Amino acid sequence: MTRIRFQRSLDDLKEKLLVMAGLAEQAIQRAVEAYRTRDLSICDLVSRSELAINRLEREIDQSALDLLAMEQPMAIDLRFILAVIKINADLERVGDAAKSISDRVRTMESMAIADLPVDIPRMASLAADMVRRSLQSFIEADPEMARAVLSMDDAVDSMNRIAHTTLGNVMAAECHLAPQALHALMVCRALERVADHATNIAEDVIFWVQGADVRHKGSYETSKPDPNSLAS
Amino acid sequence: MGVGIEVTNLNAWYGANHTLQDINLPIPANHATALIGPSGCGKSTFVRCLNRMHETNPIARVTGSVRIGEIDIYADASPVEIRRRVGMVFQRPNPFPTMSIYDNVCSGLKLNGYNNRKTLDEIVERSLRDAALWDEVKDDLKKKSGASLSGGQQQRMCIARALAVDPEVLLMDEPASALDPVSTSKIEDLIFQLKSQYTIVIVTHNMQQAARVAEKTGFFLNGRMVEFDSTHKIFTNPSDKRTEDYITGRFG
Repeated sequence: MTRIRFQRSLDDLKEKLLVMAGLAEQAIQRAVEAYRTRDLSICDLVSRSELAINRLEREIDQSALDLLAMEQPMAIDLRFILAVIKINADLERVGDAAKSISDRVRTMESMAIADLPVDIPRMASLAADMVRRSLQSFIEADPEMARAVLSMDDAVDSMNRIAHTTLGNVMAAECHLAPQALHALMVCRALERVADHATNIAEDVIFWVQGADVRHKGSYETSKPDPNSLAS
Repeated sequence: MGVGIEVTNLNAWYGANHTLQDINLPIPANHATALIGPSGCGKSTFVRCLNRMHETNPIARVTGSVRIGEIDIYADASPVEIRRRVGMVFQRPNPFPTMSIYDNVCSGLKLNGYNNRKTLDEIVERSLRDAALWDEVKDDLKKKSGASLSGGQQQRMCIARALAVDPEVLLMDEPASALDPVSTSKIEDLIFQLKSQYTIVIVTHNMQQAARVAEKTGFFLNGRMVEFDSTHKIFTNPSDKRTEDYITGRFG
């Protein structure tokens, strides 16, 4: 083994990203708990987590930039650093989604708790599970585990569509519940976005480990540029 | 215009040392092809087989076929003819120190019997322009010796000297390894310009340089061609673990 210092830097980068991942995962769980219980003290915890996540995002980007500039990584190392940069952005957005949910909880403080026909805890559980599994696939460098996450996204999308319809019906039929229904709709949308970020993370893991670009439901083949486009 | 090179079952020896083993390689015309690999892997021996320089060593031997265009260079042509068609630029610039810039550039032409002053003037100017050196030396062509130029200018003058005999292929053995970053950048820009007219094969230890200038890259290890593919594929997602270990610096 050579390039010991570089390998240590890659390990440090991975460790930082996992710390950030832990914070983002915890933030989304707390935000949903705050929504369920209307507990504003949990919202404060989410806000503090978001600040920590934002700080880590900058640190990780800086570390990745330093490695790109100083080490000129190639092949799997280059793909790893690119994946880290993209996962970093996705985790920051997961933190934003958690903050967005907790901000809605604050707005809803004075509203009565309504029994709405939408299972937000179940949707949250599925989205959080996707985040957890995508991060596990990153820890284990396991593209098959990452592929399993991709197939979970349809279920969350479907739940979001159903919530949109049923909550729309509630708003039309029971005007006094419209504010709560609207907030619930926004929470569902935030959770659907969290699932999308988990999907992005899983796609980045596949790219890192196998060099395959599977974004936008594309082919699972490795992308191959047209050699003619490289000709002078 | 450059021509393609087809290497088939190429083997080379220095005495009992089997330095190249069963190399098969299609080098496309009018592209830059980079050869990378650790020291002693055979990449310089390989390029020396492409212009029959390998056989100038009395204990060296070559088998197999190298076709440059329609010609099998080991069967259909003399070494002198091949070296006119296949120019070579070395790691360190090698100007003839007592000759002027002008005489350095046209030395190959004179050896090939060109004497007409007007023709020589035209070829020297064209070659120096193609080597991106004309504007820097045009006022001192016959006043200054080639050795008085900077290292980067000397290397471009050597490229002009190689271009003057109108080759189809240009072999470059670590052409920028002794140069500073600005001179290196000029040589790389030059390679980019020249590949529209010539087929270029470049040996380099600088993988970023290979990635910048070449469309195709081959990885040599222990006298064998381990992997040959588009430069994009080699440097982002190589197929062979040994290639990946080498380009990520984990070799050995």
